[in-house]
Amino acid sequence: MSSPASEPETVYASKTLASCLSLLFSRPAAEVVDLGPVIGSNVTFLGDRVDCKIHVEDLYADIDRHIKQDQLDQLPRFLSGRFPLPDASIDAVLGWDIFDYIDPLAASALAEELIRLVRPGGVLLAFFGTVASDHPRYVKYFIEDAAHLRYRSYPAPRRRWILHNRDISLMFAGLELCDSVLLKSGVREMLFRKRPC
Amino acid sequence: MWKREAIVACFSSPTPAQSATSSGDVDPLQKKRPLDDELLAGVGQSILISGELSGDEDLTVQGGVEGKIALRDHVLTVGSHGRINGQVTAKTIVVLGHVTGNLIATEKVDIKESGSVEGDIVAPRVAIADGSHFRGTIDMQPRDQPKPDIRKPEPSSVNGELARV
Repeated sequence: MSSPASEPETVYASKTLASCLSLLFSRPAAEVVDLGPVIGSNVTFLGDRVDCKIHVEDLYADIDRHIKQDQLDQLPRFLSGRFPLPDASIDAVLGWDIFDYIDPLAASALAEELIRLVRPGGVLLAFFGTVASDHPRYVKYFIEDAAHLRYRSYPAPRRRWILHNRDISLMFAGLELCDSVLLKSGVREMLFRKRPC
Repeated sequence: MWKREAIVACFSSPTPAQSATSSGDVDPLQKKRPLDDELLAGVGQSILISGELSGDEDLTVQGGVEGKIALRDHVLTVGSHGRINGQVTAKTIVVLGHVTGNLIATEKVDIKESGSVEGDIVAPRVAIADGSHFRGTIDMQPRDQPKPDIRKPEPSSVNGELARV
């Protein structure tokens, strides 16, 4: 089904997704946090084929609500206490491009909270835009298979931030960078891992 | 507990007898069948139930329920006007309205486009339509058969990596 004002959908190969899923596949009863809006086919893929427990959090809806209520200044504090999950309880975080839509202070607060959640040896997948655009769009990422994602964009209430590598490295200082790939789409895929104990 | 006669507004599904045209080609025996045989249990739009609700037949909720619902071997449908605040246990749960609470199904949870769920789902099969709202945890219970190996996808000609950086 195509949503209103949607653009043509494109499928991209994703090596970082493949690495992330490979790790999940090797762990029995793995748990995943998905920061994007719920996507039925992703739930089926992760739950049925990879056999994970999935926590759907939809931070994009949280951002929209803060914008609507004119409370963006409270977003960092909100994100600091957003996840009622124990420390080191999550095998993988699917962060998608959420960090591009929040200011640096909120991004740092979110990164700190996600690092807290990830188990030693667990991973965090995040995408970062490298090209500025005047047309604010969110993207839904549909998992096509273990190594391909289908992108579907739709209107967003605010523009993307373009984060520099230095800022990203600082934000995820508690994790090690496993892989970083720049796609033809201008998206940089990054996979971070928490060092095993 | 649920007293059907007192609180349930009943919906009748179309039967051959009801849907037939005036051509008269309807089995006369069907015409004489008592109405009770054709009833489906339902909670109407204007009904609000506070408390636990259990039953041994399929149920459609178009009104409000504040409390647990247990239909162990049956289907619960939360209609587009239905609002449930509490845990639901059933064989199959279909959501077109709003549910705040955990959903536990032995067969399937199906959230339709107009559906909204805030709570955790435990079910072997979960279908979530595009456009629906869900926030919570999904646990699709372990199965006996081993996982298929999905790590080696077929080669594809789609857009790919530009450079490692």
